[in-house]
Amino acid sequence: MTEATQDKDPVNVSVHTLYKAGSTRRITLITGLSIFVMVAAILSAGIGTVSITPQDTILAIGHSCAVSVQNLLHTYLPSVAAWYDTIPFTIPAPSNPQAELIVVGFRLPRIFLAILTGISLAGAGAVMQGLLRNPLVSPFTLGLSSAASFGAALAIVLGPGILVSYFLLSYDMWIVVFAFIFGWLSMLLVYGISRSRGTTQSTLILAGVVIGYLFTAGVMALKYITNNEKLRELMVWLMGGMWGASWNAVLLLIPLVIICFFLLERRAWDLNALSAGDDVAKNLGINVERLRLSGLMISTFAASCCLAFTGIIGFVGLMGPHICRMIIGSDHRYLIPCAGLMGAAILLLSDTVARTIMSPVEIPVGIIMYAIGGVFFLFLIMRGKGRGLY
Amino acid sequence: MEVALEKICKEYGEKRVLDDISFSLGKAEIVALVGPNGSGKSTLIKAVAGVHGQSSGTISIDRTDTRQLDPIDLAKCIGYVPQHFTYTLYSTVFETVLLGRRQHIKWSVSDEELSRVQHSLEALEMEHMAGNYMDQLSGGERQKVFIARALAQDPKLFLFDEPTSALDIRYQIEVMETMREITWERGAGMIIAVHDLNLAYRYADTVVVLHGGKMAGYGKPQEILTPECIRKVYGVDAFVVENEQGKFLVPFRARASN
Repeated sequence: MTEATQDKDPVNVSVHTLYKAGSTRRITLITGLSIFVMVAAILSAGIGTVSITPQDTILAIGHSCAVSVQNLLHTYLPSVAAWYDTIPFTIPAPSNPQAELIVVGFRLPRIFLAILTGISLAGAGAVMQGLLRNPLVSPFTLGLSSAASFGAALAIVLGPGILVSYFLLSYDMWIVVFAFIFGWLSMLLVYGISRSRGTTQSTLILAGVVIGYLFTAGVMALKYITNNEKLRELMVWLMGGMWGASWNAVLLLIPLVIICFFLLERRAWDLNALSAGDDVAKNLGINVERLRLSGLMISTFAASCCLAFTGIIGFVGLMGPHICRMIIGSDHRYLIPCAGLMGAAILLLSDTVARTIMSPVEIPVGIIMYAIGGVFFLFLIMRGKGRGLY
Repeated sequence: MEVALEKICKEYGEKRVLDDISFSLGKAEIVALVGPNGSGKSTLIKAVAGVHGQSSGTISIDRTDTRQLDPIDLAKCIGYVPQHFTYTLYSTVFETVLLGRRQHIKWSVSDEELSRVQHSLEALEMEHMAGNYMDQLSGGERQKVFIARALAQDPKLFLFDEPTSALDIRYQIEVMETMREITWERGAGMIIAVHDLNLAYRYADTVVVLHGGKMAGYGKPQEILTPECIRKVYGVDAFVVENEQGKFLVPFRARASN
């Protein structure tokens, strides 16, 4: 509709205005959160046992990137490398000689892992809540975390046996693979059970809770039978944290998380339609069962990939989407990225506080995360304007 | 626009819940489905809406079997309002109505889609509530929002399952008048399941009486909804009163056994 037509029909302005105002605010929040996460990441990279100035942090990242690109080009594309070398601009090395090693070698992988895990868990939580129309659903409540714990616990208790050397896996990767496989298989199991009873949201959630308890029982049994050394290792994994961060992990997760994010975003309108109920969604031409299966599998895949490296991280998957829904409403086109960024912000802040508040001793990220996220969530409820989008 | 149902049967396991249902409706025609609870009204409406298919028989729109239509094309033909509806927290009235345009939207929402939403809300006199959250509305207002969502679909056939069940008598009359106007204006057909026989009496062109999944009557309301039919199907004694406003059914006593 043209502006001229709108002028003739002044009532029409209201829905157009509402929609455009809402979209602008949503995009503003997503942009703001993106900038916040980037700034927080740079500041976080400078904070720790050794303090590094923001300027040195940026120079360390820039210099390291430039050198890495140069090395890659010289190795694989020498013709482009010759042109690259002629660029007159160079990024200077940071004034602190340790900055590059500390920032790029140790802190950045951890920061990236926190951001990727936050995006995956909160994005997956938003999708799962939409698919099952239940605000209490998250990767944690659907049994995924318990299953991943069981997988990791099994790998730790079994130890690096002959299979590890057979598959050329490191011991850490052995745990990661087990956690991922069990996490993802649990969702297949949950879906299979619920489907045999007719795929309603209630049976699916119930099946998730039951499967979660079964895997928790398995973890408890493994804790009971294992020796002290492995028990400690197991407890550390179960508490969750960014200890498993490495560039290998980050470079593996980045494409996976991006692909899952776009696959879920493609389903955003269908998720919106599903909010009106299965029957209405079917009438609107949506294959509800296929949407539910594919949405659950993709979100579980993203969450499992990250959980496998971090151990149990609860809360963000549940609260990230809730906090965003209170601020920008339930349009999944905006909710999924917004929840992901909110999850990234919460997890990054929590991890930074967890590793610096009692430096050099680290405390489990969950303690800080529950406190920061919980207080923020309470603040949104108490101020009573949580739904002030329109 | 012509919709035809031919020999529709629906079975759940061994149980047959719809048995050999056949009727048709044309342009701007309102068909009321009446019958006691469990007679198959909702099942029939869901079968036509594409929520679940029929076990056998054919549903055709303009002589095209609906099973041969792509789900998106079917959604453009049929707008359905269920008996029980859901909504999520933090969803607004206009966002809920906008869902009716789902099959026309790829990603971004065009001004044309928003105008359709606006007109649907205006048709039900709800434009002033466009920005309200769904949980701030009364039950009747929410039902009207879902009716507006079906209007936004701009279908050839409307299917309403108990659309006035949550409405007070004023809203009931308003909504039925609006829906009758819409069928006339748009030339759309309407199948509507109702418990209030007087609404069927007053607004329907044709009545289909369902009893135990079978058709127990089909024709004009005044000819079909007789005290004898009410007694046979519902087990209720009723009489008809007539004045200058028309005929009205007055049920007054449930019989000991049906």
